[in-house]
Amino acid sequence: MAMNIRHLISLADYSKEEILELVKLGEKIYNSPKDYAKSCEGKIMATLFFEPSTRTKFSFESAMLRLGGNVLGFSDANTSSVKKGESVADTIRCISYYADIAVMRHPKEGTPKLASMYSEIPIINAGDGGHLHPTQTLTDLLTIHTYKGGLENHVIGLCGDLKYGRTVHSLIKTMARFNTKKFVLISPEELTLPESLKRYLKDNYDVKIKEVRYIEEAIEELDILYMTRIQKERFFNEEDYLKLKNTYILDNDKIRNGKKDMIIMHPLPRVNEISYEVDSDKRAIYFKQAKMGVYVRMALITKLLEVE
Amino acid sequence: MLEVKQIQNGIVIDHIKSGNGLKIFNKLQLYKAESPVVLLINVESKLLGKKDIIKIENTFDVDLNLLGLIDENISINFIKDGRVIDKKKVIIPERVTGLITCKNPRCITNSDDYMQPTFTLISKEKLEYKCNFCDEITKYKI
Repeated sequence: MAMNIRHLISLADYSKEEILELVKLGEKIYNSPKDYAKSCEGKIMATLFFEPSTRTKFSFESAMLRLGGNVLGFSDANTSSVKKGESVADTIRCISYYADIAVMRHPKEGTPKLASMYSEIPIINAGDGGHLHPTQTLTDLLTIHTYKGGLENHVIGLCGDLKYGRTVHSLIKTMARFNTKKFVLISPEELTLPESLKRYLKDNYDVKIKEVRYIEEAIEELDILYMTRIQKERFFNEEDYLKLKNTYILDNDKIRNGKKDMIIMHPLPRVNEISYEVDSDKRAIYFKQAKMGVYVRMALITKLLEVE
Repeated sequence: MLEVKQIQNGIVIDHIKSGNGLKIFNKLQLYKAESPVVLLINVESKLLGKKDIIKIENTFDVDLNLLGLIDENISINFIKDGRVIDKKKVIIPERVTGLITCKNPRCITNSDDYMQPTFTLISKEKLEYKCNFCDEITKYKI
């Protein structure tokens, strides 16, 4: 098995200092991209997308191209040998000879981890089923760092599907490491944060947790409002879904009493959980967040390839 | 009272919780053994009230990890020339490879058989293991 290669499978494998270093490098690249335009010249990144995700794939490809590198890959398992029954271990062994770094998205949980055990090149987990999506969290971190002037001492409101949302779980676990003042959990009763995660926070961090059902109950105290989508398939019947869906749609009315310097984030794609009218509010930064995703991925690629 | 002759060479798996004897017998595939094997069920025990015992003639090899997953009270006596030459207590293994399957149907270890699933113990009391690939918590069941 390949050893001594740094991968990004889970942010839990990275120290707080290493995460902060990545975020700061992302900010540095964002501020002077030209300095990094040739950092990855002659390097190749493979994008192994066993399930489609246009946004994440483009973000990674854009990051590598902006670093002067090249990309190759596929975005559908049907076009790869896996369709013929090849093991992930065999696939990645060969890819190791075609590219210098690989980005992997896979519907099966734990696949990037398995790949990393047989890879000769760094593997980046770009999402494995409902399990982890560490570069989304890095994106969120760079956004918070840039637009709130740092990662520490914030009151963070998380709204929507807090039960199944992997993005939210990962963000909570990571932000807890950066002395978050308070997490305000805003969700319907059916989609509250799992008890195990609440217990983990209480046992390991000195962070306050407040649970409310409606955005209006907590909007005034938030520094950050992180919105997520409520998915229809999470409900037993359509009636419940329709009833709740509208309650959790963010509009100008609901954010009227929010702080002037609050930021509104969303991992995207949004469906209808944020009204279009909110887009013109200065506090809505979810599209800038997508932009930040490119820069933090640039930072990650340069770090893993050791070309900084 | 039913009596079973002492074995001369081999191992005795003792202090098996009553009811688990047959399950262990099957799990260790003792029905394939070429030497004599005795399975005793509901034997009186000072410690457990009732217990099961397995005696295997002419063998000294048994998967202690597997037994630890089933019941940590099990003890194993190694017999030579009719005398106990060694005693071992099973231990609950910190890491388990291959013996458990991940209960998460979306876990890669359930669809790609290149690697055996591996688990790390997270609760000794509840005998809970975390999958090293997908983090799902699984319990060993016999």
